[in-house]
Parts: sequence; C-alpha cells; structure tokens
Amino acid sequence: MANAHETETPVSITTARSDDPHMQPLAQNPARVEAVIAILFVLGLICFGLFGYAYWIIAKPWTLGATIGSGLFLIGVGMVAWGKYLMPRGPFVEERHALASTAAERDAMSDALQNRGVRLIGRRKALGGLLGGGLGVFGVVAAFPLLRSLGPLPKGTLFHTDWRKGSYVVDQSGRRVHQDDLLVGSIATVYPEGFQDTDNGQAVDQVVVIRISTTDVVTRKGRETWAPKGYVAYSKLCTHLGCPVGLYEQQLQTLVCPCHQSMFTVNDGAQQIFGPAPRPLPQLPLYIDAEGYLRSQSDFTEPVGPGFWERG
Amino acid sequence: MAMTKRQQKAALGPYGKLGQTINELDERLGIAKGGRTFMDKIFPDHWSFMLGEIALYSFVVLLATGIFLTLYFVPSGEMVTYKGAFAPLFGTKVSAAYASSVDLSLFVRGGLLMRQMHHWACDIFVGSIVVHMMRVFFTGAFRKPRETNWLVGVNLMILAIANGFLGYSLPDDLVSGTGLRIAYSIMESVPVVGTYLAFFVFGGNFPGTAWVPRFYMLHVLLIPALILGLLGGHLALLVRQKHTQFPGPGRSERNVVGSPMFPVFIFKTTGFLFIVAGVIALLGAFTQINPIWQFGQYEAARISYAVQPDWYMGFLDGFLRIMPSWEFVAFGHTIPLEVTIPAVVFPGILFNIIMVWPMIERKFTKDNDMHHLLERPRDNATRTALGASVFALVFMMFIASSTDVIANYLHTTLNSVLVAMRVLVAIAPFVTYPIAKRICIEMQNWEKAGARKTVNLVTRTADGEYVSVSAPEADDTHHEDEAIAVPTFLVEADSMSASTGVRTVER
Repeated sequence: MANAHETETPVSITTARSDDPHMQPLAQNPARVEAVIAILFVLGLICFGLFGYAYWIIAKPWTLGATIGSGLFLIGVGMVAWGKYLMPRGPFVEERHALASTAAERDAMSDALQNRGVRLIGRRKALGGLLGGGLGVFGVVAAFPLLRSLGPLPKGTLFHTDWRKGSYVVDQSGRRVHQDDLLVGSIATVYPEGFQDTDNGQAVDQVVVIRISTTDVVTRKGRETWAPKGYVAYSKLCTHLGCPVGLYEQQLQTLVCPCHQSMFTVNDGAQQIFGPAPRPLPQLPLYIDAEGYLRSQSDFTEPVGPGFWERG
Repeated sequence: MAMTKRQQKAALGPYGKLGQTINELDERLGIAKGGRTFMDKIFPDHWSFMLGEIALYSFVVLLATGIFLTLYFVPSGEMVTYKGAFAPLFGTKVSAAYASSVDLSLFVRGGLLMRQMHHWACDIFVGSIVVHMMRVFFTGAFRKPRETNWLVGVNLMILAIANGFLGYSLPDDLVSGTGLRIAYSIMESVPVVGTYLAFFVFGGNFPGTAWVPRFYMLHVLLIPALILGLLGGHLALLVRQKHTQFPGPGRSERNVVGSPMFPVFIFKTTGFLFIVAGVIALLGAFTQINPIWQFGQYEAARISYAVQPDWYMGFLDGFLRIMPSWEFVAFGHTIPLEVTIPAVVFPGILFNIIMVWPMIERKFTKDNDMHHLLERPRDNATRTALGASVFALVFMMFIASSTDVIANYLHTTLNSVLVAMRVLVAIAPFVTYPIAKRICIEMQNWEKAGARKTVNLVTRTADGEYVSVSAPEADDTHHEDEAIAVPTFLVEADSMSASTGVRTVER
C-alpha cells in the first residue's frame, strides 16, 4: 500500500537542497513518464482542436461535450502525473504552529475588552438599553413590513374554490360538459366555467369527473343527489401534498396519486384506502340541468387539498 | 553611459526580471514572506482528501455553466404563446421560463451541453459534499480545534441542497412544478405560521407567477454568494488550522507530512480540477438528464408517473411515502403530521444533530485535547456504528422514494413494498448499529491477523505422563535453526557429496 518513499524520514522543503533524495522524482524512468505525459497533452490539444471543429461544423451537443470533456480529462491526467511522478517525491514535513496565543496575550485581550468595553459601555446602562431598544424596534419595523409585502394574507382563500351554485362544468378548453359526453368508465379533468380568468383556477378548482354508472349514484349518506346519472366528481388535489390525483384504475375503481401512491375509492366517496393521504378527496355535488349540462350544486363542503393549521 | 547587456543583467540581481517583479510587489503588498510560507505549505496525501476537492471543483463548473445559462434563461412565470422553433410546442401557452429553457436546450449552440453539465455538476456537488462529510465524520477530523469548520461545512451542504432544489424548479416543466406543489404543501403543514409562510414565499396561493423571479434571485445570487462566502471561510480555516493527517511514519500531532503547495500540490490539484470538469463534460455529453422538452409545461392538473426528485431530495420523498396518515386535529386546528414529521421535523432534527455533533461527542467523551491525527473508523467503533446507523436510516428512506418503481420491477403490489419499506426504515438503524460495531471491533485486530498463535509444547515425562505447557510467546523475529546434518542412509547415493558424507538441507 505505502510506496517505499513514504516510509522515508520526511524533510522540510524549506531547507531541502536540490540534490536531496527527497527532491528527486518518484518515477524510476523520468524520460518515459515525460513521453507519456507529452502524449496526453498532445491528445488533449487535439481534442480542443476538434472542439472547434465540432462547434462550427457538426454542432451536435454530444460532440461538443465529448471533445472538450476528453481534452480536459487528458490534460488533467497529464498534470496530475507530472505532479506525482516528475516533481520532488518527498515526503516533506512542516511543523504545526500552536494556534493558541500565550496566556499573557489572552489576558491582554480580555483586559482590553473588560476595561474599554464592559466598564466604559456597561456603566451607562440606560444609554445601552435605549440603543438596544432602538435597534430592536428598527429590526421589527424593517423586517415585518418587508415580510408582509411578500404576499397576500391567506384569509379564507384556502377554504373555498371558484365552484359556485350552478357553475357549469367545463373541460380544459372551456367547453361545457354534457351528460352524453362520457361513457361509463371514462374520466375527465374539469373546472368551473370561467376558471381561465382566475389566477389560480386550474390549481385550486381542478376536479375529476368519472362516470361510473348510467343511474344516479349515492357515494355516502347525505350525498343522495350528488352523482346524477353516474357522474361522480372529486377534487383532483390530493389531500396529502396537493399533487393531482391523476391515475384512474378502472378495474379496481380507485384513483391513485402518482406522487406518493395514496389511493382513493371511486364508488364510496373517495375514501383513502392506502398511502399517506389523511382524508378522502372532497366530493363536488353535481346536478344535470334541463339542457343536460353538468353543473355544480355548490362549492365543496370542505377545504380541498392538503392539511394546514387553520383548517380545523 | 549605456550599459552592456551583461551589466544590465547583473544590475537586476541573481533572480533577474522575476526578482525585480517580486521586489516591486513586495515593496507595495508585502507578499514575499507569506508567499514563501504558502508555497511551502504541506498537503498530506490521501485519496480521501480529494473528496472535498471534487466538491470545490464541481462548484467551479456550476459557476461557469450557470453564468452561461443566465445569458439565455428568462426568469418570468408570465404565460406566453410559444413562437419558437420547437414544433410540438408551437402555438401553445407556456411560461417564459419554460420557453426559454427549451430554446436554450435545443437551439442555443452548446446550450444543452451546458444545461446537462450544470445539472450533473450539481448532483456531483451535493454528492461529494455528503461523502466528504462522511469522511470527516468517520475519521474524527471534526474534533477540536475543527468544530467551527464542521459547522461551516454542514451549512454549505444545506445550502447546496436548497440551491439544487431551486435550480431544478426554475425551468417550470411538469416535473419541477410537481416538486414545487409538494414544497408548497410542506410549507403549509408547518404549525401556526404554515399558510403565511407558503403565501409569502410564493406571493399567494399556489402556483402564481411571483415565485419564478424570486427563486431565480435566490438561485443565482443570494445562495451562491452565501456558498462562496462560507466556502472562503471553510478554506481559510483549513489553511489556518492546517490539515489533519492519518498516523504514519514520521507523522505526529505536531507536524504535517505530504507534498508542498508549490509545485507538487498545485499541479496535482489543478490537474484534478480539469479531470472533474472533464468527467462532468463527458456526462453532459453522453448522459441525458432532465429532458424538459419531453415533460412539457407545468400545468397544475397534469402529472406524470414514476417521477422522482433529484437524488438528494430522495430521503425526504421516501419518508413522505411511508409515513402513516396521522393527521392531528384538535381545538379547531389541524397539524398534518403525515407531512410535518417527515418533511419538517425530521430534517430539522437530523441537520441540527449533525451540526452540533462535535459538541455532543465532546460531552460524552470528555475529550478536550487537540486532534490533528485522524482516527481509523474502526478504532472508534461507537462513533462509526452510530454514523453507520444514521446512514442506514437515511439510505432506506432514499430507497423508499421509489416504492412504485420497485413494485413494478418486482411484479408485486405497492402495498407489500410499502409495508416492507416501513419495516426496513424502522429497523435499519437498530440492525446496523451492532453489526457495524462488531465489524469495527473485529477489524481492530486486523493487523495482528496471521500472526503466530501461541504454541503448546507437549512433553512426555519419564513416567509416561504427557504434560502440555504453553510455549513462550512467539516473537516476530524469525528464528532459524542451524542446518542439520542428514544421516547418509536417508539420502539417495547420487545426490550426496561423497567427500563429507552429509548434505545440508535448505529451508
């Protein structure tokens, strides 16, 4: 493991004479090593030349990286070899100087702090208090308004979405969804009409509509009218971390969140049956109007998405 | 009177123009004494001391490639109609950030190489920092007087991880947007101030557009400046306190043995800079990373399957996956513990314990001595076993971040993989600790392995009784008996010397 030279007694480079064995190269045959290094440098140079060609003529990303990467690598290996085999082999030694000062020097510093600092400043306690208080107030008035300007207060925004009583259900392009649009077993991502005009519409209002039947479906007690003609609608925001619950396993009738694999049942109110999500996906109450369009009876009855302090 | 060339040369002194330059500089800056000392500075040779250099040089690559990227990236979340040359996007609504990221990847010459190098350099940067930190930990290099530098180093690691996350968020592609959504929800999960935190960082409800210029400023200005400052301090402390070294011939607590700064180390380390940069360039050339034009613009309702963050976020993602759904609701407030514990509490505790570890260890060992000689990991079995068990815990969490991929690969259910990962994460540290400790203790005797065992001498007394006594300790000096004369009748005739009648046997 250790090279022979490493077991030699180290000397100081400051005093080593040029004929000292420590100053000789490690290589047994320096001329041969020099030739190898020269070849590495020449190959590196060629690579850099090829880089120019690759840049102007070929211009494919991999050719640029291959030429400049190989060039740098070859030059680097050559330099390391030069340093390792052709330069003074050592080993060399250097004494550590003590980090610590002398006791007298330390006392002198403590003394200066004590006499000039603690005594001179410390005895004017009232002034010090005023200064500290002033700077403290400065910190508060400087920090808080700055923080406050960073964004609006959450207020109630996390508690409601843009779904209203009678909102039309529309798809990504804004087209209203009709009761004949989905076959049984189909899924669509939908929004309330006008979602494009709001800042965060797509993020907050996103809903999955799945048609699981052709007749009215009751997912939970108290939701007798929420899923007309088999259309069930759930918030697409995972209750774990807010990823879109985008995977629909038709055979198992489950919705899966691809981020952390929470699973929700489609048939009985998006109950979480697997994974870290703590709550079911909120269900959106739908109705079908006289013209056959899907519309929402109201907003969600609970906040959508992941949990937060004020959620209650 | 005009001087001859020889006279001119003589007037310059023995070192010629070089000497003149040094004189001029020294008169103004006083560089000669310190400069010579710095040239004579000794760097110990050990492969593990290169790990920090990898970190330093990948940071150099990060700065160089990052400057290139800033020339083309547009830090704006504003939605524009894409009019660029990438046909699949033409006419669609994309953010300026995403459009410029795609264009700089596909249509700026060398742009893709620079982006891929930047991404690879970041993964290598964080990786080499972590491995470097493990080297420092397991060899006890953080002990007095180097606690401060350990603290600086841990903060550098945290900043590197944070900037990596900000960096891969900036292109505003589908994958990065999903990561941001998760980051937003993690902020929301902080008790009491969570919603305010999220709203202030993002400038409102998710996603908004304010985050792009904010994250851009943090990514290219504030955090790199902090990293540069702390890095300067890290290296300055290293020079001031000098390097640690492993024990060896001629090495002691009072000296440093190795190669001098000039010219040996400077050649080796500059060559190593080129090697690191070259390897990163080759990775950028041949290994695709984060092909954002395939992912598409981030849209809050879209998501991809089997998406993972960059490796250094893996342990957080894994813990989030395996955590049971323990949402805590009381007194009209919600604490989503299934998020808060893995993503806020755990990393907080982990990083803080790592930061103050030198103080914790000193408290237990009561060791207040200066240490410049490193320990072999096996020689401090308790510390090594503790470090190994923390590593096992975090590594298992990292594995847990691909539960879906593992389930697919093994053709098994997600449920069984999840349960298995919960068990593995829970038991990993407790299984690792005794095993690591045992291995260390066994290895402490490594050097004695193969040495002669004590021999038992069995003798027979005159009465026919056999007595066994242990022979004196075998020493290391090899003892050879004199050559013994072999009786002639045992040897074939032609191989024996006729004159002496004996043959010497060589061993």
